[in-house]
Amino acid sequence: MKITRKEFLGISGACLLALSGKKVLAVLDGADQGEPEQTAANPARKRWGMLIDTKKCAKDQGCTRCLQACDRAHNIPSIANPAHEIKWIWEQPFADLFSSYQTEYLGSARKQQPTPVMCNHCDDPSCVRVCPTGATWKREEDGLVMMDWHRCIGCRYCMAACPYGSRSFNWEDPRPHIAALNAEYPTRTKGVVEKCTFCSERLAKGQMPSCVEACPEKALVFGDLNDSQSEIRTLLASQYTLRRKPELGTGPNIYYVA
Amino acid sequence: MRDRGAIYTGLVIFLGLITFPVWHNISSGATSKGPEPVLPAGPKQCVAPLNYMRASHMHMLMDWRNTVVRQDVHSFQALNGKTYEMNLTGTCLTGCHTNKADFCDRCHNYAGVSVYCWDCHVDPKLAARSSK
Repeated sequence: MKITRKEFLGISGACLLALSGKKVLAVLDGADQGEPEQTAANPARKRWGMLIDTKKCAKDQGCTRCLQACDRAHNIPSIANPAHEIKWIWEQPFADLFSSYQTEYLGSARKQQPTPVMCNHCDDPSCVRVCPTGATWKREEDGLVMMDWHRCIGCRYCMAACPYGSRSFNWEDPRPHIAALNAEYPTRTKGVVEKCTFCSERLAKGQMPSCVEACPEKALVFGDLNDSQSEIRTLLASQYTLRRKPELGTGPNIYYVA
Repeated sequence: MRDRGAIYTGLVIFLGLITFPVWHNISSGATSKGPEPVLPAGPKQCVAPLNYMRASHMHMLMDWRNTVVRQDVHSFQALNGKTYEMNLTGTCLTGCHTNKADFCDRCHNYAGVSVYCWDCHVDPKLAARSSK
């Protein structure tokens, strides 16, 4: 079979047109579908979130059970130098967290109330956007902002990007600073960034995060925000709650009852 | 060659000195020694056949690591039908190879391999010592 140059170019052009047409059609088809809703047919798609009741939390002043439980479970070193310290869950004065909400008349006791803070597991996490190696990513099935410490190169872009200061960098080997090593969880190593993982290792076994389990006042409520029947959704429906810096558009998933 | 005697003597001493490591190892029997890892006393069956594990355990562990961390799948179906949790410390070190120093380290040291697994993953013996 003989083919002229003109015919060849014609056929190539038609093929390219057909291919691009297929892509356009696919986009037009999928345009009105949006996010798949959670239905009985798709129960696996969760969105984990947490509600922190600061009033219940204030009942026992000086209680740090949630922090201790986390430190023990995840081999978190206690380093005295604040520039080197590692934090997954920590406490900050209430007024620091919600400075834009408070009035000048808020009492100092309330202002200074230590409030638990951790990674917000944002809907649109800025840390994930900037990570050059894919060491941190948003897990599609349940919305956790995960970390693969094997992949982290310690560039600390994520720390610069996180507006909540939820990430810590290992400036030194953490092992000498861990009082009791827990063999069930790895430590991290020098040069790696770490943060709260919502206890993904416990969620995999169907357990609650260790901070939630440790709270005697049940001030921390953990649950699926996509499930309208869940405890957390019921509590969120009945009271006014705050999130940290929602105006930044990251969609934080930790809610605070003020 | 008036200094023949001195030259040959010097040569013999020189050769003897630079080949000293070879003589030393042959005389102490070190060259014929393998790494001799201590196999676990109890369980006789690993998660995969012995030959595969010997040659490719690092690939399997890397697969486990990616599957657990990236896909959130934690159980491993072995060829013998048994299911194991993919967990270096929890399954390998706690279940069978309870003596890391005599099993993992011996071979790695022999082969001159330095692995960074243990920079983070905890040897249960180390944890037991630290909690005392």
